[in-house]
This record gives sequence, C-alpha cells and structure tokens, in this order.
Amino acid sequence: MLIEQISIFVENKLGRLSNIAEVLHNNDIDIRAMSIADTKDFGILRLIVNNPKKAEEALKKHEYTVSLTKVIAAGIPDKPGGMLIMMKSLFESQISVEYMYAFLSRMDESAYVILRVEDNEKAVEVLKKNGVKVLSSQEIYDM
Amino acid sequence: MEKYYNKNIECAPLHEIEALQSFRLSSTVRHVYQNVEHYRKKMDEAGVSPDDIKTVDDLSKLPFTLKQDLRDTYPYGMFAVPMDEVVRVHASSGTTGKQTVVGYTQGDIKIWSEVAARAIAAAGGGKDDFIHVSYGYGLFTGGLGIHYGTEQIGATAIPVSAGNTSRQIQILKDFGSTIICVTPSYALYLAESIREMGIDLSEFNLKAGILGAEPWTDEMRDEIEKGLGIKAYDIYGLSEIIGPGVAYECSEQNGMHINEDHFIPEIIDPDTGEVLPYGEAGELVFTCITKQALPLIRYRTRDIGVLTREKCSCGRTLIKMLKPQGRSDDMLIIRGVNVFPSQVESVLLSMGNISPHYLLIVDRIGNRDTLEIQVEMNDEIFSDAIKSLEEMENKIKQAIESTLGISAKIRLVEPKSIPRSEGKATRVIDRRK
Repeated sequence: MLIEQISIFVENKLGRLSNIAEVLHNNDIDIRAMSIADTKDFGILRLIVNNPKKAEEALKKHEYTVSLTKVIAAGIPDKPGGMLIMMKSLFESQISVEYMYAFLSRMDESAYVILRVEDNEKAVEVLKKNGVKVLSSQEIYDM
Repeated sequence: MEKYYNKNIECAPLHEIEALQSFRLSSTVRHVYQNVEHYRKKMDEAGVSPDDIKTVDDLSKLPFTLKQDLRDTYPYGMFAVPMDEVVRVHASSGTTGKQTVVGYTQGDIKIWSEVAARAIAAAGGGKDDFIHVSYGYGLFTGGLGIHYGTEQIGATAIPVSAGNTSRQIQILKDFGSTIICVTPSYALYLAESIREMGIDLSEFNLKAGILGAEPWTDEMRDEIEKGLGIKAYDIYGLSEIIGPGVAYECSEQNGMHINEDHFIPEIIDPDTGEVLPYGEAGELVFTCITKQALPLIRYRTRDIGVLTREKCSCGRTLIKMLKPQGRSDDMLIIRGVNVFPSQVESVLLSMGNISPHYLLIVDRIGNRDTLEIQVEMNDEIFSDAIKSLEEMENKIKQAIESTLGISAKIRLVEPKSIPRSEGKATRVIDRRK
C-alpha cells in the first residue's frame, strides 16, 4: 500500500522550477501533489504524479537527478482533529516521520497527506488500525 | 631610531657583500657537486664544474632548480649532508598529498634564527618585546621560524600558533603582546573580532605586526594598521629557501630587503630563463650560499617580482624586492595556505561515487579569502532526504579540511552545470583582484 514519489534535485537558481514544469508538461505528466524542501543552495522537489516512471525518464533525459521513493498516502477527515488522529497513532507506535505534505481532492471530503516514515510497513498497519485510510497507487493516480 | 639586528651586514658596502657572495657561492657549489647527485648530474650535463664558479657573475652558468626536482627526490634525495647531521625537517603541501620536504643542520637553524631576527628588529623588535606568534607551528615553517628569530633576538616568544580567535585576543590583551606575527587576512579578522567584541585598542600593547605567507595589498595594510593600531611590516620566505626571513620590510615600508649574504636573488624571464636587469618584473630565483643541509641553487620560486638597488631611507644596503605580484603556476594561496586544485580532486575522487566535475571559486569577502567548492550532483549520491545531502556536504567539507588544512564551503550543483572543456579544464575561478 505504498506509492512512488519522485524526488528531484534542484539548484536554487532562477528558472529551475519553471524548466521542470515544462518538461513535465511536454510529457503529459499530471501532478497530484507537490512539496519542496529547501536549503540555502538547493532544494528537493517532491512530486506525486500520475505516471512516475514516465516522469522519471523524461526528467533524466533532461539531465536532472531524480530518484523514486516509496511513501504513504493517508486519508483523514478534513476537519479539526483529523491531523491529531494520524499523528497520535504514529507517535504511540514510536514511528518517526521524516517529512509530510498535504493536498485536497475534488472527489470527496477527505484531506490527503503524503508521509515518509522510517518504517513503512509498520506505519501502514498502525494507520489502518486507527481508522486512517491508506491509498494505493491506483487510487491516487486515478484522482 | 632605526633598529638593526646585524648592522655590519645590513648596511655593508656593496663590494663587501659581493665579495662575500662570491666566496660563499663557490664553496656551496663545490659542496653540492660533491654531495648531491642531482646537481652533479645536472652540472655535468651542462658541462659546468665547480672550478668554473668563482664569482657571483658565474651564477648564470648554473642550472635552475624546480619544485618538481624536490618532488622527484622526495623526501631527502637532494639533501647535501648525511641525515644524522639534519636536526630538523619541515614540509610544505604539495600536489597529490606529497609534500616538499626541507631539512636543516644545527648551523642552518642558526642562520635561520639570524635572518628572522633581522626581520623582527626591522619591525622595531628587541629584547623587551613580547612576540605573539600566530603562524602555525608544525611542519609549516612559519611558526617555528619566527619563534627561533624571537629567541635569537632575546625577546619573549608567545607561541600561540594559529586559530581560536577569542583566545588569541585574550592572550594579546593579558600577556601584553607587542608584536604580532600573523597572516594579513587573519590580522584583519582579529581586528574585526576585536571591534565586534567592543574592546578598545588602548587595552592592547601592540605596536607592530610582521605579516606574510600570502599576498596582500597596500590597501589591506592600511586597514590592518588602523584596525589593530600597529605598523604592519611585510615578510617574505619559502621553506625551500629557508622559511620566513628570506626578505623583510624596514621602516620605509616600500619593498623588502633580501638577506643576500645568505640568499642570492635573481629575476628571470619565466619562459626563456634569461636573467633580467633590476627594475624589470620577472620570476624570482634564489640561490642559498650558506646553508648546509639543503642549499638550493637557482631555485625558481614561481613568484613574480622586481629587484632594486635604489637607496633606502632605512640605511640598509641589502638589495630590495618589491611585493610579489602573483604565481606562475596553478597553486592558490588561500588564507595563507597553499592549495592545489588537484588536491581537491583527489579528496573528491577518494570518497567514491562523487563526480570528478568540480569547480573552485575563490573570492574575497570582507577582506578575507573564501573558498567554495562546487561538486556536481549525480544519481549515485542523490538522496531524497535533505539531511542526507547535508550530511554528505559535511563529509566532503571535513575531508577537504583535514587534507587541505583549510575550510571550504561545499555547494552541490546540478549535473552538467560545471562547464566541460576540450583541453585543460578550468578548475578555478579566482575572483580576487
């Protein structure tokens, strides 16, 4: 129940993100969610797209450094308390979160959170047990 | 009142200096011909025998010595005495981690102490002074060179060595340092730190600085003199010749007097090897005429300079050299440390998986040299976690620091962003003027 996320190394220079967007556009890649982690000199752009393998190939052809990472897509009720259920259950099972970012869907009233954790299998189990929805790749890409 | 350490020599009439040089040159050439295979071979090839070297004018008959010759005979291949007569070795950084090794007999150490003492006296130093030695102590000749000069002159040596700025400032204040021996960029840094700490210059006893190991401009001198409340004197040296003390600035602060009774200087055209007249710029060449362990003959320094015998207001008659204007090879001097681009290359390559495409950006920010090393990202070393990339930057930074002895900023850049070239790659962008 894990999904593939694309991570792209981006130098902190004007025009880099625009260039990446163009490559994705030219290859019909649809972005589901995105986040950028930044330091002073570079950033890592993380994307959930409808066709990760195709996106990876296209970006690599344009000399970008890209890697695929397995992450969790969790669905929680989009109202106060939603985040608490998720974070508390992970905390109680001692699961550490590397990073996360959220997005909404037009399809229903849930909020979705992409999580990278240190133990994927355990996290999926814990989340499900606590009533948090965990999406499959198909479900995410079909949104 | 001008202070001299050895007035007899420093103010000697020219004909006396030349007579001394001729005598010393011919006995040194005999000494190396007999004891150093490299020189015997070179002289035989050139058809020159020690008997042909009678006066200073015969100097140009002798072959040049290059840094490569020392590397090829690493470590002790060019020493002219048996090792049990060598009481000290020093080394300077070389390419691919191999240093240039130099050696001294007890007599050589005495010579070194004498020439360093002359430099200290020229800066106004004497028995009553407290000499704060901020040059590094160790294989580098800076610290120990000044240290022995200090003991020779009878002043009090404070062997602080380099680094630890707040401690340096505390010692400058509490120990009553009167003369600081340090690199120009570190002197500026100390001045800035003192200002930032809000300490008034009246709390220090500093009157002078003896600054060297890296090029510095007159503008920098003005800043240092203002920032530390001292008169800042230039000193020149290189370990291959002896260390600090080959040449030193006097009260006129307009060029450095060369201790030519120990080291005969020449200026040559770096392409043809032709000796150039005084007043013309060219490559500085030195011949050691008194050392025993490693007296180098016509050593090409790769520094560009000018020699002059113009009368000096300080009264010294020793020939002067104007500030070296640059290097004629790839070596960089960053904050007083010798850095070769190829050293960076070996560090990066030895770390595995790191792309061999790198770029050194050298700049000067706020009067301090900075070094940025750009390293290209690639698939092998990429990671999805920021902290892993930062850890890698740190690993590279530490490896560079422990190999080069200098800290650099590491910047990861996109693949193919460092320009490729057909011939010799541009590894260095030096933005300093």
